[in-house]
Amino acid sequence: MAHHELTPPITEAQARVLRIDDTVTLQGTLFGIRDATQIAMFDRGAGTRFDLRGHAVIHTAPNVRKVAPSPEHPTGYAPVCIGTTTSSRMERFTRPLLAQCGVRLIVGKGGLGAASLAALAELGGAYLAIIGGTAALETTWIEAIEDVDLDELNPESLWRFRIRDFGPLTVAMDSRGGSLFARVDSAARARRAQALAALGIRR
Amino acid sequence: MRIDPVALEDVAKELYIRALKILPDDIKRGFDTLARAESVAKARGVLGTMIRNIAVAEATDNLLCQDTGIPIYNVTIGRNVDVDGPAIKAAIRRGCERATREHPLRSSIVHPLTRKNEHTSCGIGVPVIHVDYSADLEGMKIEMIPKGSGSENNSWLKMAIPAEGVDAIRTFVIDCVLDAGGKTCPPTIVGVGVGGTADLCVHLAKIAATRPLGSRCDDPDGARLESELTAAVNMLGVGPQGLGGDATAFAVHVEIAATHITMNPVAVNMQCHSARRASATIDAAGIRYGF
Repeated sequence: MAHHELTPPITEAQARVLRIDDTVTLQGTLFGIRDATQIAMFDRGAGTRFDLRGHAVIHTAPNVRKVAPSPEHPTGYAPVCIGTTTSSRMERFTRPLLAQCGVRLIVGKGGLGAASLAALAELGGAYLAIIGGTAALETTWIEAIEDVDLDELNPESLWRFRIRDFGPLTVAMDSRGGSLFARVDSAARARRAQALAALGIRR
Repeated sequence: MRIDPVALEDVAKELYIRALKILPDDIKRGFDTLARAESVAKARGVLGTMIRNIAVAEATDNLLCQDTGIPIYNVTIGRNVDVDGPAIKAAIRRGCERATREHPLRSSIVHPLTRKNEHTSCGIGVPVIHVDYSADLEGMKIEMIPKGSGSENNSWLKMAIPAEGVDAIRTFVIDCVLDAGGKTCPPTIVGVGVGGTADLCVHLAKIAATRPLGSRCDDPDGARLESELTAAVNMLGVGPQGLGGDATAFAVHVEIAATHITMNPVAVNMQCHSARRASATIDAAGIRYGF
């Protein structure tokens, strides 16, 4: 179990070093992305003007306040509350995010599935688990909303956040086929018979 | 007494914001209980971060979770209240819109086919408003629940049959918790509806999932089922956030209704660890906020 301080963009080699149970703290830039963002980008060919190569994305749609554009709030949006949504709905977008956009790290909660794990192994990436439902804390790690693309999808726009000390996050899926979620799921399913027996059910 | 729709509009606005910011005391106590009993060090760390987030939200006057949820208002009308029903529902809707615009909050509500977001947290049939009556209440009570989607997306109904018995209910709950894994933001309150029609069964599961911790099913057999299932679910090791540990659920809550001789329905609806709710009582003494 190692701790990594990463300031994206990172290289494929940096992503491949990460192992499940390691921890990561991110610095600098983080992109916010969600269901509608990726439906637009990949199903409808909207693309993005942002260069995501080597970057980290987080599954989110923030609460924001409209303000006058200023050096502190260049997009005219101030962060109110920024947290993380359940990743599994976005399973089929992991491969295009890595293959087409060059994303290396996905921050989310609840984990991704087998197809994502295969994409992380093949293309070189990792899934970093944040603790869902702790958005008040997470918001304190975000310094500013630096830029926004696809804002017609607001709040599911493609957001560029400036972050500081974002973490620690847990490496929950790595490029060697390791998945904490798969490990916990197998162990829990192995205890199913025991739980049913405790309820007086034997079959 | 007469309920003033203008005052009620302010209450509906205030309740949405309060619910998003202040976690009820019973849930905070539930966290302390789980953290003390947790045997897995990593899971204790996850629970510790969740507890820290509650303090950060209060200290920074911020939302606990970014998910503003689907707004639900449960209105209970007691004795000696004079209400204009349609005006009450319109006032609640306006209060919900104002909370969204004036705080501001992320509007999480879209048209289900066009996916268009009106940025009001309102839409067709939303906010969800339930109206009921109570003989034990002088005045009116409004409960507000911003129901998060991570937990709501994990909802199930099984129309089991009588020959499958109560074991079908028990097995179904265990399998739902396994299928939910970390997606529901555990530790959860697992709400179980038993009996009724298909729609009533699912509604009962929602009532169960959003009931205060420490409350019990009124029916003694239902209460026994709650205790059994709470112990069994916490044997699975799903743990906080699905990352492993003892604390899979704060509790399993059961709500029941009579059903048909041919039916044995069971529904599961979950509430995430950010088990938010707020309430206000309006009576002759004024407006009091609580949980």
